[in-house]
Amino acid sequence: MLNKRKEMTSGNLAFAEAMRQVNPDVVAAYPITPSTEIPVKFAEFVANGMVDSEYVAVESEHSAITACVGASVSGARVMTASSANGVALMHEIFPIAASFRAPIIFGLVNRSLGAPVNIHCDHSDSMPERDSGWIQIYCEDAQEVYDSVLLAVRLAEHEDVLTPVFVCQDGFITSHCYEPVELLSDEAVKKFVGERKAKYPLLDVDNPVSYGSFTMSEYYFEIKRTQIEGMNNVPRVYKDLTKELAEYTGREYPALDAYRAEDAEYLIVIMSSATGVVKDVVDEMRERGIKAGCLRVRFFRPFPAEELKKLAKGKKGVAVLDRSASIGGTAPLAAEVKSALYGLSKRVPLQEYLFGLGGRDLYPRDAEKVFSGLMENDYSDTARYIGLLEKDEENGGN
Amino acid sequence: MAGIDLKELTKKQNPLTEGHRMCPGCGAPTAVRQALMAVEDPVVVVGATGCLEVSTTVYPYSAWRVPFMHVAFENAGAGISGVEAAHRVLSRKGVAREKIKFVAFGGDGGTYDIGLQSLSGALERGHDFTYICYNNQGYMNTGAQRSSATPISANATTSPAGSVIPGKLQRAKNLTEIVTAHDIPYVAQTTLHDPMDLIAKVKRAVETPGPAFVNVLVPCPLFWKIDSADQMKVCKLAAESRFWPVYEVTEGKHVLSYKPKNPVPLEDFLRVQGRYSHLFKKGRERMDLVAQGQADVDREWERLLKKCAG
Repeated sequence: MLNKRKEMTSGNLAFAEAMRQVNPDVVAAYPITPSTEIPVKFAEFVANGMVDSEYVAVESEHSAITACVGASVSGARVMTASSANGVALMHEIFPIAASFRAPIIFGLVNRSLGAPVNIHCDHSDSMPERDSGWIQIYCEDAQEVYDSVLLAVRLAEHEDVLTPVFVCQDGFITSHCYEPVELLSDEAVKKFVGERKAKYPLLDVDNPVSYGSFTMSEYYFEIKRTQIEGMNNVPRVYKDLTKELAEYTGREYPALDAYRAEDAEYLIVIMSSATGVVKDVVDEMRERGIKAGCLRVRFFRPFPAEELKKLAKGKKGVAVLDRSASIGGTAPLAAEVKSALYGLSKRVPLQEYLFGLGGRDLYPRDAEKVFSGLMENDYSDTARYIGLLEKDEENGGN
Repeated sequence: MAGIDLKELTKKQNPLTEGHRMCPGCGAPTAVRQALMAVEDPVVVVGATGCLEVSTTVYPYSAWRVPFMHVAFENAGAGISGVEAAHRVLSRKGVAREKIKFVAFGGDGGTYDIGLQSLSGALERGHDFTYICYNNQGYMNTGAQRSSATPISANATTSPAGSVIPGKLQRAKNLTEIVTAHDIPYVAQTTLHDPMDLIAKVKRAVETPGPAFVNVLVPCPLFWKIDSADQMKVCKLAAESRFWPVYEVTEGKHVLSYKPKNPVPLEDFLRVQGRYSHLFKKGRERMDLVAQGQADVDREWERLLKKCAG
């Protein structure tokens, strides 16, 4: 059963392959770059009879997520994918899906939001959804995408969680680059994910339920509270799940991926694919005797604040690199990190950076410069930019 | 109507309980009751945001004896698509019952306007469901705003009859024909003038495989400014005046379901409704607009007759 195979594949195709193996009941999707390959590949699986799923080729992203909600509350296992403006168009329905406790698995291939139109990666599409009540997992590479889909199915459908999941990967960088990915056998995936057993399916005509009720202030708060509790159960449930999947794969994924961080003096906190560059630079700096480390935030929701606090405690300097802006405020990752570190009795010096908007690459020299800044005690009150065309010394342009 | 025993049907439990919070005289619950009366298989209902939805699902209660889902305003078509798709898989797997009927209810706001794309997509994809538009010709849940179903000259809160502008300036969109253009198996238009007509049409719609659409004109006493007791009387005038032709389109073939023997003038339909009272104000009558409305009705009727003949 543990007949694993290794394939050269991409993040999108790894996601689609995981879908084929999970064999969801319903997929409703609408094409948008760079996630298009996922529904296209899946439609092919359906057309060739490789899955038992119904594929609903809807007329918009808004209808895609709505059909997913309808199918999910009906008791079906449901998956979809989208990016950028597609995600934005779905925005209205995300909190509804979460409130219905509809365990939808969503392949979110990160892409910048227009305008200007740009098809490349940043996190400006998924970050506005951080308060929609969905779990958010950010993957570093295609292997992690594949493994995360399997984990997400079990996590979303767990009775104590019942919360939809975004499995995020960086558009083009992860979604379209080919790399070796180890895939489980169909049998192993089937055994790991099992079948969904919905508790109050809409299709149970003998026990009718109403979804999407109207509530005034008497009950709305209580319903939101149950969602918060469900989200709070994620770390406990997830810990067991990643261990269980590791029995098949040999790979475990913590909510916060710590790389040479424990004994580090200087830390970069970052997310998704750009982590690889930082890890390389950490290795080089370590060779030079500099105690550098990296924290990759894998779960943005729920945010691993406690783990982060523990690992950042006592550091000489921490830099947070955000791949999306919150114009007029603190960028999403920096805001979370600062909030997590607030409880430390001794303040850790922290510098915010903005990088990679619209798909601009992060180079090793950029990460080195960030570490140098920390070592030189060079901090600014506002976020600095990495890799801007303008040469602005004060803002860290290079 | 063959196959429908009204006496038997009255014994059937209403899928919508008493005690819901719709206004007295509102046509929507009447339409729901009549629509689902003759459906024999179990029904799952999807509702668009609107009066019907908010007034029947006030948490922790629900007036629905059948499964009910409301997602949002503009997406009843997409919602029911997902439910129907799930049913196809789950009934194959033996998890859900094989025979379930899917019925969506949307007001004209959720159907003619904000939900038109979602409805069109669901019709084009050919899901097996019936969409019923309970059409009171405006946004009643938010207080009588105009929609694209609001008739010309009606006084609505976003097309008010003022000293310069005499109510809505545009004609209503002909949604029934827009839906017909989707070439779906069954389309019908009716009102509450005759219970048997709606009962039979929805039965036919639900029993027809594939998508079906029924456009039901229902009064809103608050917007139309009519006496709550006059629900059926006003609907009769809508049919008798040919303001709201009662017909069906089966496999592309138009058939008139009701041809008034002695059609009444449109004016009779307008005069009983306060939303047109500005047209009849003493000394400031706008009989030119009434005449224009009558001309529209006559022209549309001729068009429909041609379709029925052809």
